[in-house]
Amino acid sequence: MSFSAIVIQFLNGLAGTSSLFLVAAGLSLIFGVSRIVNFAHGSFYMVGIYLAYSLIEYFGRGSALGFWGAILLAGLGVGLIGIVVELVLLRRIYQAPELFQLLATFGLVLVIKDVALWIWGAEELFGPRAPGLRGGIEIMGRTLPEYDAILIVIGPVILGLLWLLLTRTRWGTLVRAATQDREMVGALGVNQAWLFTSVFALGAFLAGLGGALQIPREPANLLLDVTVIGDAFVVVVVGGMGSIPGAFLAAFIISQIKAFCIGIGTVEVFGASFAMSKFTLVAEFVVMAIVLVVRPWGLLGRPQAMPRHAGAAEERISLASRPLSMAAFAVLAILIVLPATADTYTLVLLVDIFVFALFAASLHLMMGPGGMVSFGHAAYFGLGAYGAGLLLLKAGLPMELALALSPLVGALGALIFGWFVVRLSGVYLAMLTLAFAQITWASVYQWDEFTGGSNGIVGVWPAEWLTSKTVFYFMTLLLCGASLWLIRRIIHAPFGYTLRAGRDSPLRADSIGIDLRRHQWIAFTIVGAFAGLAGGIFAFSKGSISPEGLAIPRSVDGLVMVLLGGVQTLTGPVVGAAVFTWLQDEVARQTEYWRALLGLTIIGLVLAFPQGIVGFVKARLPARLGGGL
Amino acid sequence: MNDRKLALGLVAILAGGLATGAHAQDTIKIGELNSYKVFPAFLEPYKKGWELALEEANKAGGVLGRKIEIVSRDDNGNPGDAVRVAEELLNREKVAFLIGTFPSHVGLAVSDFAKQNKVLFIAAEPLTDKIVWQNGNRYTFRLRTSTFMQTAMLVPDAVKLKKKRWAVVYPNYEYGQSATAAFKELMKKQQPDIEFVTEQAPPLGKIEAGAVVQAIADAKPDAIFSSLFGPDLQKFVREGNTRGLFRNVAVFNLLAGEPEYLDPLRDEAPEGWYVTGYPWDQIKTPEHAKFVAAYQAKFKDYPRLGSVVGYAVVQSAVAAMKKAGSLDQEKLVEAMKGLSHETPFGNITYRALDHQSTMGAYVGRIAVKNGKGTMVDWYFADGAKFLPSDEEVRKMRPAN
Repeated sequence: MSFSAIVIQFLNGLAGTSSLFLVAAGLSLIFGVSRIVNFAHGSFYMVGIYLAYSLIEYFGRGSALGFWGAILLAGLGVGLIGIVVELVLLRRIYQAPELFQLLATFGLVLVIKDVALWIWGAEELFGPRAPGLRGGIEIMGRTLPEYDAILIVIGPVILGLLWLLLTRTRWGTLVRAATQDREMVGALGVNQAWLFTSVFALGAFLAGLGGALQIPREPANLLLDVTVIGDAFVVVVVGGMGSIPGAFLAAFIISQIKAFCIGIGTVEVFGASFAMSKFTLVAEFVVMAIVLVVRPWGLLGRPQAMPRHAGAAEERISLASRPLSMAAFAVLAILIVLPATADTYTLVLLVDIFVFALFAASLHLMMGPGGMVSFGHAAYFGLGAYGAGLLLLKAGLPMELALALSPLVGALGALIFGWFVVRLSGVYLAMLTLAFAQITWASVYQWDEFTGGSNGIVGVWPAEWLTSKTVFYFMTLLLCGASLWLIRRIIHAPFGYTLRAGRDSPLRADSIGIDLRRHQWIAFTIVGAFAGLAGGIFAFSKGSISPEGLAIPRSVDGLVMVLLGGVQTLTGPVVGAAVFTWLQDEVARQTEYWRALLGLTIIGLVLAFPQGIVGFVKARLPARLGGGL
Repeated sequence: MNDRKLALGLVAILAGGLATGAHAQDTIKIGELNSYKVFPAFLEPYKKGWELALEEANKAGGVLGRKIEIVSRDDNGNPGDAVRVAEELLNREKVAFLIGTFPSHVGLAVSDFAKQNKVLFIAAEPLTDKIVWQNGNRYTFRLRTSTFMQTAMLVPDAVKLKKKRWAVVYPNYEYGQSATAAFKELMKKQQPDIEFVTEQAPPLGKIEAGAVVQAIADAKPDAIFSSLFGPDLQKFVREGNTRGLFRNVAVFNLLAGEPEYLDPLRDEAPEGWYVTGYPWDQIKTPEHAKFVAAYQAKFKDYPRLGSVVGYAVVQSAVAAMKKAGSLDQEKLVEAMKGLSHETPFGNITYRALDHQSTMGAYVGRIAVKNGKGTMVDWYFADGAKFLPSDEEVRKMRPAN
């Protein structure tokens, strides 16, 4: 690269920094103060672009006042949406177990997407260039768009304004205090409800503004929400939760790395040429993994104060009562006789439900008793699935053996990643699992010769004797049923008690001589094995495996299932998996706008069962009966 | 399960299917699955297309003396869900066979599912070459002009220009990779001194357009081959225009002339680009005029390329059933081999050799007229003329 090329790519990186920072700043506020994992942040951004587009069309494309007015109004409009969401939805579930709000915002993502489709249609809408800023600036014989120059300025200006707001106003002081210790702020007489609403509104406003500002660079389209949300979380976490300057620094690093990977172009490594731009697929996640391994609280973040439990303290877990065991046997008996009467598709759907029940239960073992939330659980599911597929097709193993080895592949991945992961805690731990999952995903996606790249692998069919749907159903029932029993057994074994001790009080666990990290590492590996088995069965039930098997949406599905069922219960993940899988299948047939319907259903369930479905039932049963649920 | 048992099972299933059919004696169900919510810009018009064709087929009396019904499902854009809904369509809805799919990996997974279950599958839209070649199978046929064919259609013009230094940009997944590989191979054959000076592979939907445009400009190419589409293409065009990348550089872009991708660019459509596409308002053949008139009358909207694909895939399905005279899978497959029928793009034939249809595409250059992008100097490229030799195809395709 010549010197002038370096300068221009640096400026490109700066424009990218501002764009990325604006997306992340709002999330950093919301995440830092309310600890809400707001999946809908990307949706707010998307709505910001769409609103700006419509407003600009309304004011007329040529007017500068109209253009900038539209951008500001779009931001305010999204802020207003944020207020409504906070008041109507989130405020009702602050008392729910940690992360439960994630489920509500997940429902919101689905609803907003379909509403946007309904209002703005399917075709991309590309806004105009900014009036008066249509051209480019000549720099050393190269051209930089004028609008990029403006963006380069806007980012730091907003950073400055936010910094002033947070450090020089009473509101900012309260927000910082709430970031440190919410309950103390409440105890000192500050109206928390109002504070949270205002933070959420400001966060949503910034998301909307960030979107609207992209209007000359980015067509409004319906995939923006998912495209943006991952980046936003990465920036917030790399920067350090709640640190706005940290978010800016993280955005700067990630954008510059991307710009220069693209600028370098093709490089020769050992005689093979590699397009460096391919690295941009996963750059932010590699950065995040490195940063979190080296600095467990992000670049400018500080160690988190021990979070006090927002919800009620978790109840003691007890063994299943006799009526409960009998109920479990009754369900099993029904499942055994079912193939005699059910149609083939019911069996297919049940196989899916069993697989996801195992997947969710393995995630729950880690999240619930293990106290380690994973945002990247799909990695082990996918590793198991790919492991099974590759062992069958590339290594030529018999199908039975390939399936039997799939848990090992999942466990191996978990063993390696787990060593790093258990060194962190809380959200940072969760985000490191996400980073590893994305790195695994990107490797699979890129490695055409071995994993089939973006197409994945086809022809992963079960052995002859398992081709019958009924036989496959029984095999799945056996494997998943046994695994679920084993997971329950682990929770009630001393190992499970040790994990819970470590979760509830790491310090005390340590002082009685428990090597917590080692236990967590073992738990992580076990969990990887179960997820791997679920993946292996899944691959053979579908005959193919593709990168979606280990992508973010699969991890999110797992979280949704666990939370829907109830994270503080043992049967919750199984019930959650069954309800979610069945809902998806059922709802998709009902209406063209099935996504909105699914989202509304989830929001309804969230409001009706803030402790999850099983948690709701459990609370209404006598303790003697409900304890083992 | 041995073959005899399998055969018996199949007979039983077919008998069951026929029995319910006879019992209902009302409609023939065709199973359709697609990623409606993931790629709505292409698939909403596609859906309108098949709705129109279905209506026309039923007005004409249906086939085999029965009306046709299409049971449509959303496959969520991923193979796992696609196979699940395919199971539902086959086992619960008892559809006669399957049509549809959009992304390559979903198409391939459903194609393999069709092979495993010995059921006909007409892949409407997936562009991947593998579905008829490396992963081709007896039960899968593909309608749309493939990646290789569309790339090959641009090559003659590219060779004529005698440009030496080429830059390549493509979305980083199978479609972009195959298009790039095919382009390089075909160009090297005809122009051995060609040089590829840079290669940019941004992630699908996440192009950093400014940096990519700058990197390409720095490589000082004489020409660019791109397979970007959708939002990536729009961002690339705008940045390229602002930064002056396209001055004195010839650009070839697959698919960019399709209304789905061209229309959002409005008056910024990049003039002079060589593209494949669909100049719907300029095609005057009677079969196309009839299609456009019917489409506009029904939907009060103009057709996109997706509309043509949706329309034609149902035409194929109907023609296959007519020719087979039965809903037996093996007879349907035999009927599909060499099946010819009319489409809005003229006559197409499903080649017996590799199950690829000879559907062509329009090749031309982009121009801006009345503030909108359109195609000029276009001609219709017959798909049959842009396929590798039979010899090469046989080498790529597995024996069955």
